[in-house]
Amino acid sequence: MNVVFALLFFAVAASPAELRFAIAGDPKTFDPLHAEESHSEMVRYLTSGVLVRVDRVSGELKPELAESWAVKDGGRSISFHLRAGLRFSDGSPLSAEDVARTLRRALDAKEGSPVGDTFRTSGAAPDIQVSGPRDIAIRYKTPKPGLDRLFDSLGVAPPRLAELPASAGPFFVADYKRGVSVLLRRNPNYWQRDAAGHALPYLDSVRLDIQSNHDIELNRFLRNEINVIDKLSPENFNRVMREKPGAAKSVGPSLDAEFFWFNQAPGRGAPEWKRKWFVSTAFRRAVSGAINREDLGRIAYLGRAHPAAGPISPANRFWYNAALRPRAADPEGALKALAAEGFRLRDGALTDRDGHAVEFSLITNAGNRPRERMAALVQSDLKKIGIRVTIATLEFGSLIERITSSLNYEAALLGLNNTDEDPLEQMNVFLSSGREHAWWPQQKTPATPWEARIDELVLRQAGESSREKRKAAIDEVQRIVADEEPIIYLVNPDALCAAAPSVKGIRPAVSSPHVLWNIEWLRVE
Amino acid sequence: MKILRRGAAAALVFVGLCGALAPVAAPHPYDEQYREFLSAPPSARFPLGTDDLGRDRLSRLLYATLVSAALAPASALVSVAIGLLVSIPAAFSRYGRTALSGFATISLSLPWIFAFIALRAELPLDMAPLASLLITFGVMGVAGWAWPARILTAALAEMNDSGWMLQARASGLPVRRIARVHAWPHVAALAAAQFRVLVPVYILSEASLGLLGLGVSEPLPSWGTLLRELQHPDLIRANPWILAPLALLVLVTVCLEILGSSGEVPA
Repeated sequence: MNVVFALLFFAVAASPAELRFAIAGDPKTFDPLHAEESHSEMVRYLTSGVLVRVDRVSGELKPELAESWAVKDGGRSISFHLRAGLRFSDGSPLSAEDVARTLRRALDAKEGSPVGDTFRTSGAAPDIQVSGPRDIAIRYKTPKPGLDRLFDSLGVAPPRLAELPASAGPFFVADYKRGVSVLLRRNPNYWQRDAAGHALPYLDSVRLDIQSNHDIELNRFLRNEINVIDKLSPENFNRVMREKPGAAKSVGPSLDAEFFWFNQAPGRGAPEWKRKWFVSTAFRRAVSGAINREDLGRIAYLGRAHPAAGPISPANRFWYNAALRPRAADPEGALKALAAEGFRLRDGALTDRDGHAVEFSLITNAGNRPRERMAALVQSDLKKIGIRVTIATLEFGSLIERITSSLNYEAALLGLNNTDEDPLEQMNVFLSSGREHAWWPQQKTPATPWEARIDELVLRQAGESSREKRKAAIDEVQRIVADEEPIIYLVNPDALCAAAPSVKGIRPAVSSPHVLWNIEWLRVE
Repeated sequence: MKILRRGAAAALVFVGLCGALAPVAAPHPYDEQYREFLSAPPSARFPLGTDDLGRDRLSRLLYATLVSAALAPASALVSVAIGLLVSIPAAFSRYGRTALSGFATISLSLPWIFAFIALRAELPLDMAPLASLLITFGVMGVAGWAWPARILTAALAEMNDSGWMLQARASGLPVRRIARVHAWPHVAALAAAQFRVLVPVYILSEASLGLLGLGVSEPLPSWGTLLRELQHPDLIRANPWILAPLALLVLVTVCLEILGSSGEVPA
């Protein structure tokens, strides 16, 4: 009987070759073309086979299901040559026809696939040609920037999608218990082998426990019940540093940014006499100059964030404009600049030339402690130059409704999680006609000459296949944004993760998933 | 028991005075950030240490007492007053009791959180912190009418059907005299009990509403917002003095309960 219990124990306990980590909620779908929220996206990343994969550390594009590829016609077309003998996890063969079918599904507007947005253009759909079981070519009418790298996000789907679909990535979904866990098992037909010829992945399985409470997740990590935490708050990271120093991994600045902006849209949010302040570059620069970004990183993020200079993080080594510098705190300089614009400081309160007290409301989302702290610090910094800021922390849905729909707000403090190093999607924020043009969406014509210049640069780089030419255009966009400050960039938070020392092969990266991006090479000892 | 009640009364007066005298007694402004003294332990300069933004905890506790000790009881008073107003007429009619029970049940089962979200959407974002505070506690008071109303209605109905009430009416006592001399002491005791239960509930509810942007906005403190720090057990172990607002809340609740008890020893 004791032998039976011992065997049962080993069967139920985590296999030594199993990696365990937590996700905050149930994945909405296992269909790789409909993975939108982070939990589905994590499962997609770990299971889907893609043609090419961006190395999250070096940024290089590496072959995956595709053995080779070629971008031609000035970035209008790309052809892939697949590896021989590819199979899905259920043993069915994977061919160029599967790639074509997946891409056609993604592009189909009726499918409503978020992945399709990456591949669509404003013109006609691309032409997809399968010229053999291992050869496929895709041709666009106009150049598509970063065409090859786009295929990092296209998981090739099998012809028939079961509830737990087969996949061509390192793992497949073997079991799912709602509210409890998702179990991934190693794909016996995964194409990759290590230098010694051993089949990858090294891990037998990956268990994703569903746990929404980050404190409980941390406690389980400290008790060795889970091996990895892909994203940690500064407080929890410091706790790991104290209690399990070898497990804490900081990658330095992430691709993310925290910022705030004034609502410049006419007839919404602020009365016209306030809007006059918000549309003034001198006013925005002065407000920006009064803020102590070093303190924001030190206090709001417990030292785990760095002053930001512009829209792209310095962690994004290729695309970041290295000539930019974060604006240093200079309250006296800010007051001088405001005085030149007719503002006066009297009895600790700043007034404009018409005698209006300079005050505005700042909204941010409730429950995000670093952001709430940042709002309080900004409020205190601006009080020193006589500006009264009223902070309103809102439920996230209400906040999004105000900044995207009703535009009923004066200033907003938010952050952006950038998962892609290529700033192509991010540049859409700066298009004056765009819905995402945060400070004044959907302008009929650019409101200022510098916004017109940005429009020109954004559209130019969107149709340019040369990375270097795109870089030149995006560098200038960054310079203009840093100068005119329609968005006041505050800090770039660090990418903070944790991995138990027993997990080998970890190479933390700034891009998400920070410690799981090379899952096929990870081992648990 | 008399000594206990006197002690409880003295404690409540002391807490009330601390709050009322906060503007003069607080050693620092409640919003001043001493950024070189973040999460500092207690010292001569900061007797209860500082919070994560370098603000003096003692000063913030005193101002929080001013806010919560004044407004939470006011909210509770509003709820109990509305509860009394609706329960008195309802209690003496079968249909009235049924109708009130129905309305109260509907009110209790409503997802008030969406009402508060909608309210926040309608209120101006640049509303002064004091105005936001008054509206928050006012709306909580109005929304909370159903709890005391149900209990008071049931008690009044039972009293109406009791033997002594029957005798009082049969012996020809005027209704006003019955109400003032005989009924009111019973009702007042129940209403007071409901008031004592609601005060700490509203303090904690205000903290929850802070998550919706209602409630106290930065940098104004309240017991509720100070209690939000207790979400992190790790923080408590390192800085046990952050339990001070909780200790104050427990003290006030216990004192209210002591004052409300009859002091009679059961036979």
